[in-house]
Amino acid sequence: MSNISIIISQTSPRPIYEQIEDRIRSLIVSGELNDGDELPSIRVLAQDLRVSVITVKRAYDELVAAGFLTSVQGKGCYVSVKNKELFREQRMRIVEEKLDEAAAEARRIGMTLTELQLMLTIVFEEEK
Amino acid sequence: MENAIKVTGLSKHYSGFELSDVSFSLPRGTVMGFIGRNGAGKTTTIKLIMGLIHKNVGSIEVLGKEMGPDSADIREKIGFVYDEQAFYGGIMTVRDVGKMTGRFYKEWNNNEFSRLLKEFNLDPEHKTEALSHGQRTKLSIALALSHNAELLIMDEPSSGLDPVFRIEFIDILYRIIQDEHRSILFSTHITTDLEKIADYITLIDNGRIVFSEAKDDILDRYKIVKGPLNRLDQKGREMCIGVREMRTGFEALSASADKLAALIGADAITQRATIEDIMVFTVKGETNGW
Repeated sequence: MSNISIIISQTSPRPIYEQIEDRIRSLIVSGELNDGDELPSIRVLAQDLRVSVITVKRAYDELVAAGFLTSVQGKGCYVSVKNKELFREQRMRIVEEKLDEAAAEARRIGMTLTELQLMLTIVFEEEK
Repeated sequence: MENAIKVTGLSKHYSGFELSDVSFSLPRGTVMGFIGRNGAGKTTTIKLIMGLIHKNVGSIEVLGKEMGPDSADIREKIGFVYDEQAFYGGIMTVRDVGKMTGRFYKEWNNNEFSRLLKEFNLDPEHKTEALSHGQRTKLSIALALSHNAELLIMDEPSSGLDPVFRIEFIDILYRIIQDEHRSILFSTHITTDLEKIADYITLIDNGRIVFSEAKDDILDRYKIVKGPLNRLDQKGREMCIGVREMRTGFEALSASADKLAALIGADAITQRATIEDIMVFTVKGETNGW
């Protein structure tokens, strides 16, 4: 089993199980976790993250329900990429919506396409 | 899920104190924090579960069996860790306390006891009266695990411990629950210890259970809302479980924080509640400037 990096905030208003769920989902979508990879057991992850067992169980259950993990009774939880493409498509739709907003705002103040593209390039590279 | 503890309609009358209609259950393989102020009924409830005092009404099931006078077999499976454990007067060495305790349990495993002493850094030759508070707590845990307890009941185990040892203690609890057959009931008024490890929280006040629920559900439901006092009208107050009023503003615990924050307007701040916030606001209700 590989080490996976999960950082959670105990003070964030976002529920901890949601943070764990999101992090594992993005590790799968980004390809850092691959089909068939084994995840740490619920109890081991609870100990490592210093959260409760049912907090981790809830995150895993949600990921199983969404088709990102499969749980094998008595063995453990494994990554399953059934829904990876679907998830990516959904996310791309969100990106498109945000770009729509940005384009509308740019037009409103008379920015050219070239200017907007340049700005996007800068923003995109910065994040890397 | 099967329960490690199932308490139903438990009552006990004393002159001046009454434990009434206490019900809650601890699913196997989980950790429950049992919280409340001093004198709220935590120790009485634990003593009833342990069979150390007799109930007036109600039923207590431990590891699937009704607790009664002939429940020696269930008691074998319970490890009891409490604050002021005496260890046969303190004059015996750690090793001898193990030997002595082993006589009372069919499933005593002396190798496991020696292994745990090493793991917990306890010297077998030390006399127990010379042990620090933290070392005594570790010895109690080592004894419980060496007779293969499936249920650990801890009464204020961390209250006298310093912060550094409390972290080690929580670490030990995490190691214990790596075995999914083990369950822990843990009474405390130091709620920060529970913030992380507890699966369930049961709050008792004045001998009655206020709530007994999954910690995540409780933390999802209740939020702290802060804002200027003059924006908190009667409608707003009705959304609060408890309000603390100060000259500088108010602070409230609410189960409908979003609505309350919308009512207060732009100056409202909503934040995550701690178990302590929930305990204090729920138990105190509406008061001024405490």
